[in-house]
Parts: sequence; structure tokens; C-alpha cells
Amino acid sequence: MTPDSALDAEEAHELLRTMWRIRLFEERVGQLKRNLQVHGLIHLSIGGEGVAAAVCGQLRDDDAVYSGHRAHGHAIAKGAPINGVMAELMGRDSGLCHGVGGSMHLVDTDHGFMGATGVVGGNLPLALGTALTQHLKGTDQVTVAFFGDGAVQAGHFSESINLAALWELPLIFVCENNGMAEFTSREEHSTIERVSDVVAPYGFERTTVNGSDVPAVYDAFSRFLTEARKGKGPYLLECVTYRRRGHYEGDPEKYRDPVAEQEWAERDPLARMTERAIKQGWIDEATVNAIEREAAAEIEAAVAGARESPFPDPEIARSLVYA
Amino acid sequence: MAREIPYIAAVQEAIRVEMERDPTVVFYGQDVAPSDEDPLVQAFGRERVRVSPISETAEIGMAVGLALAGYRPVVELLMTEFMLVAMNQVVNEAPRLRYMSGGQVKVPAVFKAGYGFTAGWAGQHTGSIYGMFMGFPGLKIALPATPADAKGLMAAAIRDDNPVCYLINYLMVLEHGDVPEGEYVVPFGEAAVRRDGSDVTIVATGWTVGRALAAAETLAQEGIQAEVIDPRTLNPLDTATILASVEKTGRLVIADQGTRHGGASAVIAAEVAEHGFGSLKAPITQVTALDVTVPYSEPMEAYVLPNEEKIALGVRQVLGEAPVAA
Repeated sequence: MTPDSALDAEEAHELLRTMWRIRLFEERVGQLKRNLQVHGLIHLSIGGEGVAAAVCGQLRDDDAVYSGHRAHGHAIAKGAPINGVMAELMGRDSGLCHGVGGSMHLVDTDHGFMGATGVVGGNLPLALGTALTQHLKGTDQVTVAFFGDGAVQAGHFSESINLAALWELPLIFVCENNGMAEFTSREEHSTIERVSDVVAPYGFERTTVNGSDVPAVYDAFSRFLTEARKGKGPYLLECVTYRRRGHYEGDPEKYRDPVAEQEWAERDPLARMTERAIKQGWIDEATVNAIEREAAAEIEAAVAGARESPFPDPEIARSLVYA
Repeated sequence: MAREIPYIAAVQEAIRVEMERDPTVVFYGQDVAPSDEDPLVQAFGRERVRVSPISETAEIGMAVGLALAGYRPVVELLMTEFMLVAMNQVVNEAPRLRYMSGGQVKVPAVFKAGYGFTAGWAGQHTGSIYGMFMGFPGLKIALPATPADAKGLMAAAIRDDNPVCYLINYLMVLEHGDVPEGEYVVPFGEAAVRRDGSDVTIVATGWTVGRALAAAETLAQEGIQAEVIDPRTLNPLDTATILASVEKTGRLVIADQGTRHGGASAVIAAEVAEHGFGSLKAPITQVTALDVTVPYSEPMEAYVLPNEEKIALGVRQVLGEAPVAA
């Protein structure tokens, strides 16, 4: 745990609020999936809330974020309204994308959530382009690309890292290394344990932090963000996280041992952050409880709102193909 | 004012004119402007004209990201078959993001590449593979067959709010033709009737347009008047103009440099068979490449490809004036 985080009480409060909103959202989606009220393939981010909150919480609406198939937390942390995300997952017209995209293809341009793409690593080249526009315009905007350790072995990762380094784009690559690429462990995918080591020869700044230590993620990202706002880049932040759930909801997880509760307690970013914040005097227990209650109420309202929203007119399936 | 310039110069002129009128147009690709003396570099500088590494996935995906953020990139990909390296970006990201976002974003990107270079470039640099792109809704396909269209369709591609595969035929790059000066746009989805005729309709794409016109001259000497239609864009496809012509002539020959199965010709034949069956006096004849990889050796290359003689033979067959091969 970093003893001297730059975090202050207000920021810690906001981080906890975002993490609770994501945690309870994901748990609720898991329930709705089991009850068949959420359609399709669902990947939950429980265990990764701290990275989403610490990274996106420092960005502005006019900064761009790209995510992958496990995107709910990133979208919510970047500002996407929970009712819009929930309604999208429930396939309703009031969903962010009118039910056309679903869980793996969330987009919310109002908040700079430029897109989640379902093919592992397929979002990385897109981030190059948006970062290039920021460079060409000479603004202080930045682009963040989230990806998992599974994407690192794919060609688009190498191509994107090379081009970002070559053209010095204001792009921060954020790797959530949960040690599991879909159903297999990192050791079965690569001889390189640390993703930050993979990019070492390119010469740009990179670091690896414990993704369950939210102040550490916050501080490391803050340092890169300050530089990227000056138009510098790229940077790579590797966060070692823990995937609490299976690859997808319904995954029998035969490939791994049952999660030891003790291990989860040590790696749960929300429990750790709560303990730290109280100990630091950033927040008190009553306020944490209030945050949790408010988040739960917001999510229930989102579920109720989605249920009341009509399904989209199927005709939009034809009308949206061309701009 | 029009003046005669080569096809390839017309393409470059369109890019230059569009870059002048719109500062969000950027141009990059492998081996683009290797020297600072390059006219586009001279005019627009190294920020907007960039040389990229051999990274098709990153190049095409980057174009999508530029487009999502409001720019209008033109990516030089050299060979259409190099796009196969980056199919996830070409078909799974570029044309689907607008759709999946529920219409929140648009992707105005141009993927510029050459095809059909049947000059001994053999199996992996010669194919006319654009037909496969017709199966990806959201992706537009332009196949300019004249220098004027090379310019006008590039301008339209850059101004279009959707991803466009703009594909030039490398056998035609030095062909000259009248090209209007200044801004010139040829709208997508409007076929050109290149020659009027009453006896048979020849729908020809890209490089085969010139071959079909030559065949039509030969046939005219035999008393056969062929109407030659160039769709100019395969997506959108101007089926209305094709159907109207078939209604007039009652006969259809399709000439295309791609393969028969899974190709543009098959799509056009199916549209006419379904919607113009009542007009047809004879079965549709398709004059395409054989369903093979293009071979290297010159006589073998000629054997598998369509040409003027094969198009003329196809016309005689639909008119019942030549035997149809089994």
C-alpha cells in the first residue's frame, strides 16, 4: 500500500462512490442474467472496479476512452448513466445504443466513452486514431485504451504499441492483467509475466502496480496523465487485478480452483479501499454505508426504468446501417 | 474545364483538392511520400501526410479512430489483398461501430487500394476480391473505371460519412481521359450508361468496362447493339438502372474481373433474376474470372481472366448466336 498517496478526502469519496456503483451494478446484472432478464453474453468486472474508478475518475468528458468486452465498469466510471447502461443490457430502446450494441459494444459519446469492441485487442488501433486527432489539434486531451493481458499476444497490440511510440501519441495504454486470458492462465499464453516488460524496448514510460491498491493506481495514472496532457506519450500502466467472476456469466470455471475467500478479501479493491479510506480519515463508516445505499437505489431505479422502457422498434435495425 | 490526364493523376488530384478544402482530411500509408519533395507533403506537411509502418491492422484501425473523432482519413493500402491482413478492422470495426452505437458515431474513412494487377503479380497481389466486401453492410465500395470517375469517386468517398473501400485497377493507372478541374464529385450509387444499345445489356465493373466497350464495337459490326452499364459503386449498387436496361434489352451479360462464386457478378445476377425475371428472354451469362487463384505464367493468367473476346462471346451466347459451353 502506498503510504503517501496524493489522494485527498474528496477524491477518495468519489472513488468509493464509483466503485460501489460498479460493484452493485455488476452484481445486479449477474442476477438479471441468471433470471434471463439480461440477454446475451455478459462479462462482469468485479475485482476491477478500482482501476476503472481511478483511471476514468481523473479524465474529462472530452478525453476518449476505448474498452473491450468487459466494459461496464469503464463506461460507468467514464460517466455513462447507469440507467442507460442497464437498459442497453436489457435490450431496451432507452439503452445507450437503443439495444443495438449490448454489453460488449457500449458507446456513450456524450462522456467520451468512444467505444467498447468485442474482439480482444481490436480497440487498440482505434485509440491510435483518436490520439492522433488530439496530437494534430494540439489540445491537452488524451486517449485511454483499456485491454487485458490476453490482448497482448495478438498482433494488433504490437502494431499499436509500435505506432503510438513512433508517433509519440498522447495515449495511455491501461492493461488490466488479471492473469486469466479468457479460460487460461497467463503462463499458458506467454513467457513474459509482466505486460510492462513486453513494451520495454520501445522506450516509453511504463509501470506495473497492484490493481487492488486503488491509491497506487490513482497515483501512477495521475503521473502519466499529467505528462500526456502536455501532448507527450505514449504510456503504459499495468494493473495486476483479480477477476472475481468467470470469463462470462455462466462460465463453469473448471479451469480454476474455487476462489478462496481469504484471497478475495486480500485482493478485493473495494474492501481494501474502504479500509484504507477510513484509516486515513478520508471518510467515515456511516458515509460509506450511505454511498452503498445510494448506489443500490440508483441501480434499482435503473432496472425499474429499463423494465418500463419499450423494446426498440425493430425497424431501426435497418435504418442505422449508413450515416 | 476538363483536360486529359492519367487515371492515377486523377486520384491524386482528388486527394489534393479535398485536403485543400477540408483540413480534417489526412493521408497516410506505407511508402506514401517517401521524399519531402512529394507534392502532397509540400502542400500539407508531414503532420497530414504520413508514412506508416507495414501495419495494416493499426493503419486501418487508426483510420477508424480518426474518423470517430471527426477526421476524414484516407489510408493508402497499396493492394486490396493487404486488407485481408486487417479484416477485423475492415469488416468488424469500421462498418459496424456506427450501427452498434445506435447511431451515435460515424466513420468517414477511405481505404484506398489497388486490385486486378494481372501483370504477372500472381496469387497474392492480383485478385479482384471486392465482391466479399459486399457482404458487410455499412461498408461502401467504389470501383472507378475512368480517369474522371477516379477523381469524382475519390472526392465522394472522402466526403461520405461511412467507411469506403476505394479500389483502383492497377492495369488502368496510365490510361488517359478527360477529367474536370477543381472540385469534382461523382455521387455513389448512380450507374453510368457508357454506351446505349437495344439488343443486350452488358454490366461491366472497373477494368472490364473498357473491355466491354471494345467488345461492343466489335459486336456493332455484326449488327448487335450492346448497352454497357458501369455501376461505379458496388455498394450502394444501382440496381434500378440495371433493371431498366434489362427491361429494354431482355438480355444480360455481366463482366467482372473477380471470381464467380461470392463475387459482384453473382450478386448482380441474383438481383436481376429475382427482380427482372419477367424481362429476360434468355438466361443471364456471367463472364468472370475462373474460380481459381490467379496464376503467374502469362498464358495461364490470360486463360483464367475475362477479356474482350470472352465478353463478346458471352453476348453472342445470350443472343443464341454462339453455342453455350457445357
